[in-house]
Amino acid sequence: MIRLKVSLFITCLGELFYAKVGKDVTEILERLGCEVDFPKGQICCGQPAFNSGYLNDAKKAAKQMIHAFEDADYIVSPSGSCTTMFREYPKMFVDEPGWKLKAEAMADKTYEFTQFIVHVLGVEDLGAEYEAKATVHTSCHMSRLLGEKEAPFRLLKHVKGLEVIPLPNNYDCCGFGGTFSVKMSPISEEMVDEKVRHIEETEAELVIGSDCSCLMNIGGRINRKGKKIEVKHIAEILNHHVKGGSHHANENRESTLL
Amino acid sequence: MPMKIGNQPFFDRVDEGINNDFMQNAVSSAQDGLRGRKLNATIYDKSLVDWEIWRSAGEEIRRHTLENLDYYLKQLSDNWAAKGGHVYFAETVEDAQHYIQKVVKQKNAKKVVKAKSMVTEEISLNEALEDIGCTVLETDLAEYILQVDDHDSPSHIVVPSLHKNRGQMRDALRKVGYKNSDKPEEIAAFARETLRQEFLDAEVGITGCNFAIANSGSVSLVTNEGNANMVTSFPETQITVMGMERIVPSWEELDILVTLLCRSSVGQKLTTYVTGITPGENIEDIDSPKDFHLVIVDAGRSNALGTEFQSALHCIRCAACVNVCPVYRHIGGHAYGSIYPGPIGAVLSPILGGYEEYGKLPYASSLCAACTEACPVKIPLHELLIKHRQHIVNGEGHAPLGEKLAMKGFGIGASSPSLFKMATKLAPKAMKPLVKDGKISKGPGPMKPWTHGRDFPAPSSENFREWFKNHKKETKKGEE
Repeated sequence: MIRLKVSLFITCLGELFYAKVGKDVTEILERLGCEVDFPKGQICCGQPAFNSGYLNDAKKAAKQMIHAFEDADYIVSPSGSCTTMFREYPKMFVDEPGWKLKAEAMADKTYEFTQFIVHVLGVEDLGAEYEAKATVHTSCHMSRLLGEKEAPFRLLKHVKGLEVIPLPNNYDCCGFGGTFSVKMSPISEEMVDEKVRHIEETEAELVIGSDCSCLMNIGGRINRKGKKIEVKHIAEILNHHVKGGSHHANENRESTLL
Repeated sequence: MPMKIGNQPFFDRVDEGINNDFMQNAVSSAQDGLRGRKLNATIYDKSLVDWEIWRSAGEEIRRHTLENLDYYLKQLSDNWAAKGGHVYFAETVEDAQHYIQKVVKQKNAKKVVKAKSMVTEEISLNEALEDIGCTVLETDLAEYILQVDDHDSPSHIVVPSLHKNRGQMRDALRKVGYKNSDKPEEIAAFARETLRQEFLDAEVGITGCNFAIANSGSVSLVTNEGNANMVTSFPETQITVMGMERIVPSWEELDILVTLLCRSSVGQKLTTYVTGITPGENIEDIDSPKDFHLVIVDAGRSNALGTEFQSALHCIRCAACVNVCPVYRHIGGHAYGSIYPGPIGAVLSPILGGYEEYGKLPYASSLCAACTEACPVKIPLHELLIKHRQHIVNGEGHAPLGEKLAMKGFGIGASSPSLFKMATKLAPKAMKPLVKDGKISKGPGPMKPWTHGRDFPAPSSENFREWFKNHKKETKKGEE
């Protein structure tokens, strides 16, 4: 059997706050027959600087990342937004053709986690089991800029016991927006508040997403309001109660993403 | 100051917006309603075959026109003049105001009727004409309601009174003697009756321009109420004010852009009226104006020509971006402080009015890209917002010092993986004093605004890199 070599791009947020998601991603990919490595030179993708207008600082991060992942066959990340950033690196290097070429090569081999499983590995049923009424947050960068609207739903469809309820106004941003959440916090708060209201309308006990950043925002608001709704990254669901797989699934079912 | 609405600082206006439940309900229900209508008239309409092809065609037409703007403007102006119309190029807001004042004075006109036009809002034309003793009447129903409501400002570029609900509209009209209910048909009947005589009495009619048609020397108006047709047929003198980018090469391109405009803005396949006006065409008709003036307004638009912001001039003012913007949804149009609100307003206002006045607007976006996705001529709106931020950071506006320092630090950390690794190792220790019950509910510095309404997660107690190293060792052992 050919083992695909996958380089994991965990993202800075993942590394700092959600090591657990990284573990689930690693275990799932290995179970699907991939050889997972973790390039040590990886840092943040540079999006906070780029989106705030600090192009030169963002380029430094991009160059470091291009360097770190130079030998990768596939780059897989549990974040639609950070994956999008990798895919958009070539746009940053219009004036540096050498780097632009490298950035293009890198963009071509970068996939978001669920996208990689569905479109590259061609697998949809991961044998997971999770008893819950859930709703899904479709993050903006993943659905609009990366253009991946389906993969998470195709994977969740096969999770035994999981009922997925459509989320009203799912296309409206949750209000995270990186530095926007801090710089424009009154607006950001209004946005996340509406998101939580819609989540409550579904009567779901669980919110699933493919971006820790949005989930941190939504979870942070849910938690502050004292609501009993779990918030989880999709990898946590897909690695839950998998028969025959070594997993460290969080059995106590507490929300892991504030 | 032209274009500007309100005098409060940005965040005060935002607060006012988010505390205005009436406005928020009106805006969100309008957005939710328009969304379905737009989808049905665009992506879901099989008669179009593929909406994306239409968008690409729209983008191509706009790009071509803007790249050859000088050529088409000359063609337009030559053709308009050849048919006996007057053309005036206004470089500044004041130039436009003065020219129109001059025309109105020459006619000894006192009564002016107007159709809805954003560019005349932009150049504060009503005030300029009132200054010389004219009565200026807005005849678009929504604009009329705003005008009688103590000159309230428009909060949307297509639906100017979007911030008002029916009850508020009824109450506004009470000020001019309206006695009936908040039923739309009763309100419309009242306006129709009141405005009729005004149309007949007016000496000058002023409209904006959806698109001018260069090879024909004509202008077109895309409307639903029919008031613009009254404005352009009864008064003897006709003044059309157009932003200098609102131009198409020929009727053929107009066809495509009108399709994009109607479907994107209100989800209609076509508006009730699409009117073409050419000077002198029906001059013998009793209800045709005798004198035609075309005022072509720059007022800062050329700032964008030849720059990375040129595509902002591709805008056809459909407000599709405004209608999907989650920020607009919560703060409303007035919070932008510009008559151009929403994503396009946040891009355009700083181009036309500078960063000093509108420098906050490019940050009033979570960069969710709903605007870019909605734009029928594919303006990369969220990318243009980032470009504005780059200009502000590079010294054209005021970027906060704290942010500058933080990003400097980011740049240093970003080029040194060992430093980054150290930071991720130190973070749990550094943040430990703030963590209570597994979360941070009150944070210092940049965490403060976050924790105002949200909890912040505690850093992961386990170091992922170490876990991964051990995990690899174990798997290797298992395999041996």
